[in-house]
Amino acid sequence: MNNLKKKKNIKLLQGNEACAEGALLAGVRFFAGYPITPSSEIAENMARELPKIGGKFIQMEDEIASMAAVIGASIAGLKSLTATSGPGMCLKQENLGFAIINEIPCVVVNAQRGGPSTGLPTKPSQGDMMQARWGTHGDHPIIALAPSTVNEILTLTIKAFNFSEKYRIPVILLLDEVIAHMREKVEIPVPEDIEVINRKKPTVSPKDYLPFKPDEDGVPPMANFGEGYPYHITGLIHNYKGLPTSNSQEIDAFIRRLYNKIQKNIKDIIINQKYSLGDAKIALIAYGSVARAAERTVKLAREEGLKVGLLKLLTIWPFCFEEVNRLAQQVDLIIVPEMNLGQMVLEVERAAQGKCRVVPYSRVDGELINPIEILGKIQEEMQK
Amino acid sequence: MKTVIDDYIRKEMFPNMWCPGCGNGIVLGAIIRAIDSLSWDKDKIVAVSGIGCSSRITGYVDFCTMNTTHGRALPFATGIKMANPDLKVIVVMGDGDCSAIGGNHFIHAARRNIDLTAIIINNMIYGMTGGQYSPLTPTGKFGTTAPYGNIDQSFDLVKLAIAAGASYVARGTVYNVRQSTSLIKKALDKKGFSVVEIISDCPVSYGKMNKMKSPVDMLKWIKDISVSQKVWEGLSPDEKKEKYAIGEFLSKDRPGYTELYEEIIKKAQEIGGNK
Repeated sequence: MNNLKKKKNIKLLQGNEACAEGALLAGVRFFAGYPITPSSEIAENMARELPKIGGKFIQMEDEIASMAAVIGASIAGLKSLTATSGPGMCLKQENLGFAIINEIPCVVVNAQRGGPSTGLPTKPSQGDMMQARWGTHGDHPIIALAPSTVNEILTLTIKAFNFSEKYRIPVILLLDEVIAHMREKVEIPVPEDIEVINRKKPTVSPKDYLPFKPDEDGVPPMANFGEGYPYHITGLIHNYKGLPTSNSQEIDAFIRRLYNKIQKNIKDIIINQKYSLGDAKIALIAYGSVARAAERTVKLAREEGLKVGLLKLLTIWPFCFEEVNRLAQQVDLIIVPEMNLGQMVLEVERAAQGKCRVVPYSRVDGELINPIEILGKIQEEMQK
Repeated sequence: MKTVIDDYIRKEMFPNMWCPGCGNGIVLGAIIRAIDSLSWDKDKIVAVSGIGCSSRITGYVDFCTMNTTHGRALPFATGIKMANPDLKVIVVMGDGDCSAIGGNHFIHAARRNIDLTAIIINNMIYGMTGGQYSPLTPTGKFGTTAPYGNIDQSFDLVKLAIAAGASYVARGTVYNVRQSTSLIKKALDKKGFSVVEIISDCPVSYGKMNKMKSPVDMLKWIKDISVSQKVWEGLSPDEKKEKYAIGEFLSKDRPGYTELYEEIIKKAQEIGGNK
């Protein structure tokens, strides 16, 4: 009854607006960006809203500079966001690597459009899934989340900031042109109902502070610049003090720790949703706007008596290997519909380890995948 | 003997990685002396650099320091300064770092007049990678990638910074080190975007390719090519090609970017909510 009495704050929001709203709720106070379709509304919303709460917005000279400014602002203590699309995401890779190696929290939105290159600026794609994982060079961890509704954009933007602060890692939020631009009903949570995580600070004196010495969870406490803890940050592989090292033991330990701080916390980071998987013999695995169609397909298939379920991925990276492995033991067939030539299906195959049939369903013509065609694919595969 | 330098360096990082005779150490000394003369709170000083020999300076000073990516020091510094305008942010770059890969960031930092001090150590060559020509290598000089002589016209960083909108622009050399220290001090103390180019020597790469193998030869050359602005004005166009005017070129007052953004915050809060 109490819940019913509480007046809900419901808004009709565009996906990009919901992202800005979520970022503000998560405590973002800095945005640097560069105009690019289909993500520009995020920058426009931040330019309008941030100064109202004493935050800062800056439109930089290019995508590279935006990523750099976001990292700089985060080191100086502000939760920071940037947003872009494929061509801009390519340019951000250099400094994304810098944020990873220096464990600087920040969130990067990629509203995906068709590629490669200028590609299809106003049409959706899911072509950047592997770029999100491996875009910047070198062995590195990453967290990437993919909402499929406007409401999820809001909640996952908050999650993205929480993960980035908790694990000191840049988090990529993968939208696509459709959910970035569509409008849906969104329930804006009240601040008291939102979990907001902030980076942990050093508890030792500046003299004893080792900026890259991890706690037990693999994550080092982070002093912001200007707080009386002088230390060095470098894109070179560094020791606990943050100074460059060429000691092979230190190098090995560093690279493995970076990777393991995510891998060992995978249970906390993996988020997904299951639809009708209990008795399923055929599973769909989908994410982003395609998951919306797949959810509908499950209903249509069930109406025809087909035992179809859906595993909807919200966390893309790290990949939910064990979950998919278990699913592969339960079902006969997994279909992975994607708006690309088959990217996440490769991970699904790897996780399934041959325990069931895994088939891709691809669309790369700039059009959404619809529920009927996924159903068609199910029926076609059942004939085989 | 203890000097003022000892109060500012990370001793464990020494000996430094620079080659014998390199001018970077002279610039490091000049920067430290300039900072010391301003009596700034060390906890509020941030030094940011890019990639290259000169950019290793940030590893040697005991502030909050950041050795970033090639050419990108200024946008990193822009984020730091925007986030916390109380910090004094010093950016050290090399000539390739600042004027080639970082050229776009340089002109835009100047255009915004963001309150940073950019110190460009100009040894006219890519030293760390072994002596390739840079946008500041003089025409006709040699580099490992200009084995027949450089046909590019070099940038005049002073003119570039003035045209792009910086508040303070100066040029010194590692030979005229007292003057350089004083120019750096003025730049640090100036509101808005301040630029000091320091002509420096790289005997190992530039010197070797251009018949000045010893550091002494290089410093003598730097002494010879640098003239006061007054002398420079009296030179013929051909003579000017061989010389660099040094000293202070511009010191003007115009509101800095972070100051202007504070006005935006006030305005946004007055107009208030469509929320």
